[in-house]
Amino acid sequence: MIQALVFYLFAAIAVAGGVMVISARNPVHAVLFLILTFFNAAGLFLLNGAEFLAMVLVVVYVGAVAVLFLFVVMLLDINYLKLREGFLQYLPTGGLIGLILLVELVMVYGGWKLSPEAPLSAVTRIPAASAMSNTDALGRLIYTHYIYLFQASGLILLVAMIGAILLTLRKREGVRKQSIYRQNSRTKASSVEIRKVQSGGGI
Amino acid sequence: MSEFPNLVPALPELFMAGSALVLLLVGVFAKKDLTAGLSALAVFVMIVACALVPAAGAGHAVTFSGLFVVDGFTVFTKLMVLVAAAFALAMSVNWLRKERAERFEYPVLVLLATVGMMMMISANNMISLYLGLELQSLSLYVLAAFQRDNAKASEAGLKYFVLGSLASGMLLYGASLVYGFAGSIGFDDLAHAFAHGAPIGVVVGVVFILTAMAFKISAVPFHMWTPDVYEGAPTPVTSFFAVAPKVAAFSLLVRLLIGPFGELVQQWQQVVIFVSIASMLIGSFAAINQKNIKRLMAYSSIGHVGYALMGLAAGDEAGIRGVLIYLSIYLFMNVGTFAVILSMRHKGRAMENINDLAGLSKTHPAMALWMMVFMFSMAGVPPLAGFWGKFYVFMAAIDKGLITLAIIGVLTSVVGAFYYLRIIKIMYFDETVEVLDRGVGAGLGVIMALNALLILAFSFVPMPLISTAGAAAAALFRG
Amino acid sequence: MDAMLLEYLPILMFLGIAVAVAAVCIGGSWIVARQKPDREKLSAYECGFEAFDDARTKFEVRFYLVAILFIIFDLEVAFLFPWAVSLGKIGLYGFWSMLGFLAVLTVGFIYEWRKGALEWE
Repeated sequence: MIQALVFYLFAAIAVAGGVMVISARNPVHAVLFLILTFFNAAGLFLLNGAEFLAMVLVVVYVGAVAVLFLFVVMLLDINYLKLREGFLQYLPTGGLIGLILLVELVMVYGGWKLSPEAPLSAVTRIPAASAMSNTDALGRLIYTHYIYLFQASGLILLVAMIGAILLTLRKREGVRKQSIYRQNSRTKASSVEIRKVQSGGGI
Repeated sequence: MSEFPNLVPALPELFMAGSALVLLLVGVFAKKDLTAGLSALAVFVMIVACALVPAAGAGHAVTFSGLFVVDGFTVFTKLMVLVAAAFALAMSVNWLRKERAERFEYPVLVLLATVGMMMMISANNMISLYLGLELQSLSLYVLAAFQRDNAKASEAGLKYFVLGSLASGMLLYGASLVYGFAGSIGFDDLAHAFAHGAPIGVVVGVVFILTAMAFKISAVPFHMWTPDVYEGAPTPVTSFFAVAPKVAAFSLLVRLLIGPFGELVQQWQQVVIFVSIASMLIGSFAAINQKNIKRLMAYSSIGHVGYALMGLAAGDEAGIRGVLIYLSIYLFMNVGTFAVILSMRHKGRAMENINDLAGLSKTHPAMALWMMVFMFSMAGVPPLAGFWGKFYVFMAAIDKGLITLAIIGVLTSVVGAFYYLRIIKIMYFDETVEVLDRGVGAGLGVIMALNALLILAFSFVPMPLISTAGAAAAALFRG
Repeated sequence: MDAMLLEYLPILMFLGIAVAVAAVCIGGSWIVARQKPDREKLSAYECGFEAFDDARTKFEVRFYLVAILFIIFDLEVAFLFPWAVSLGKIGLYGFWSMLGFLAVLTVGFIYEWRKGALEWE
């Protein structure tokens, strides 16, 4: 009972947040609504027993991706009001397409049923929550059973790293940098010179 | 707890990924720029991988808990991808040096993209499919935009990225629908899941997946990114885009539709037929007015995808054999043509207009001759290889009763012949306006000659290719 | 399932209280306080001058680079949690599997270090 109530609460806020993301006038507000949506999605994951996914969603998406979005919004110096001027103009066409899609979805809805074999052919079943925690269950599969996918995601992260550096890193000319290693490795012998100065003469 | 997986089937991929890491480290620790040396090494790595692929893929093997498959079909398409990537990389070095765009990350990214393509080809599960696709696409997005001070290249990279991510999103949506309604994402399980008809959710999911794959092979109506990206991306990158990723995505599409969704022929065949017709039409008619040769090649590749899809629409062993023959001939024609485009320089500047080729036969007779071979072959003039490629897909379609499709194919190839022959006319009968530079690179000349000779060899001795492709197609249906 | 969800009840209650307190604060001031906005009150205060231009200035692209490198390592760390929880069960195989993953990303880390992507000029 309370579970269903919480589900509808999270789902409703998530959908409303999603709508606000695309309709908010200020892009910073849109990102904040996105964060709200992420939180509610995490709540929905939690209701399904996917604890780890819920936490990762909060840590990675809210903690990092949304912040990156904020950066990007602030990187760009765009007049957002001007950008939106054509918005209403496309509304009739867009609305019509959306309406057609909706009608189609409703039409096929009647035929949507699970194939009878579906639950049987599921290879890996979710273990009971009382037997082991969600994180533990994931851990037992990711690193051994699914090692191929795990290493492949490592390669993808590497490509992301190379790509980000290749596309955005610029070396500036003529910037004086502090080299701590060189600073610390200077000795008295290499940096101080003692000369005898004759009285009355220069160096 | 799982057993340690059998690594042998994935040996080429492991070798290439490991080499990419080593090359990255060598490049970053080197005192001076090593782009040329690392590219040569990367080409060498690909050649070694070419030798490893048949050894690793002997017979039919599934490893990594059913996520990864090798058989005769994967061997054939992986070899195509490796050859295309190695040619593209070998052709880049000279161009990068001339444009002062040397970055040692370039060969590393090409290598990683190629690993992604090979993972796509060997995918036996929706997740391994997706990860292979993403590894490939991410590397390609970066490659498209790596000349970051060039506005056109950045635009190309951004367009490719936005539309490519949209396609990936559709793929995921489709895959989740399939999972929800069929209960599995393993190709082997799915292949047996629809014997008693498919729930409508699965059909919707398959259509979404088809859409995403159409994006990746740039088939109409999901082709709109192709001309802009081909034109904007640096030319060697375009030459890479035009072949290797297409072969990989095509191979994946074939495996998906024949393997897991093989029992849904009724549902996907109409989609494939429509996409094939639309691609052939747009590919031939839209190309007529192009002035930029890279844009022309984009439309030409859209048209070629349409012809290859005709073989897939037939959906039987002969059709898939036709697809494989078509793609392998397409590979050599395209590599050769891009070698010509890369040698088009006037006073050190890269030229991209078709009219810059005017009078090429007088100034560069050998290059004009090779280009003529490629153009005649692309137009499908008998007895050149391009004709055989078309012949086998047309025959497969006619055998399956897809007469209309074959007729449209013949008509559009007549239209297409117009713009290929126009290039030959410009080269041989127009007056020279600007003389193209000489000695742009002996390597490019060798690549042109090699590809032209290979095409001529296929034209007159087609049997080895046809029987190899036939064996590869048979392996797919046996598996 | 229910037992697991019950563990999260305090968080749900906490969320509820947080929303309620925020609503009371904002709603209370909205209802109780006198509001008479005019153009001058609403405009940005800039030492008595008219505002020169938009307060938002462009960020430098270097912030983006740092942020995206952070995300990549954040994701890497996310993979470490289930590994740490289940390490006892997955044995040496799982241990070396993670080391392989870390090795790939360490190569990336060396790359970005040598490239100077971590330096702030």
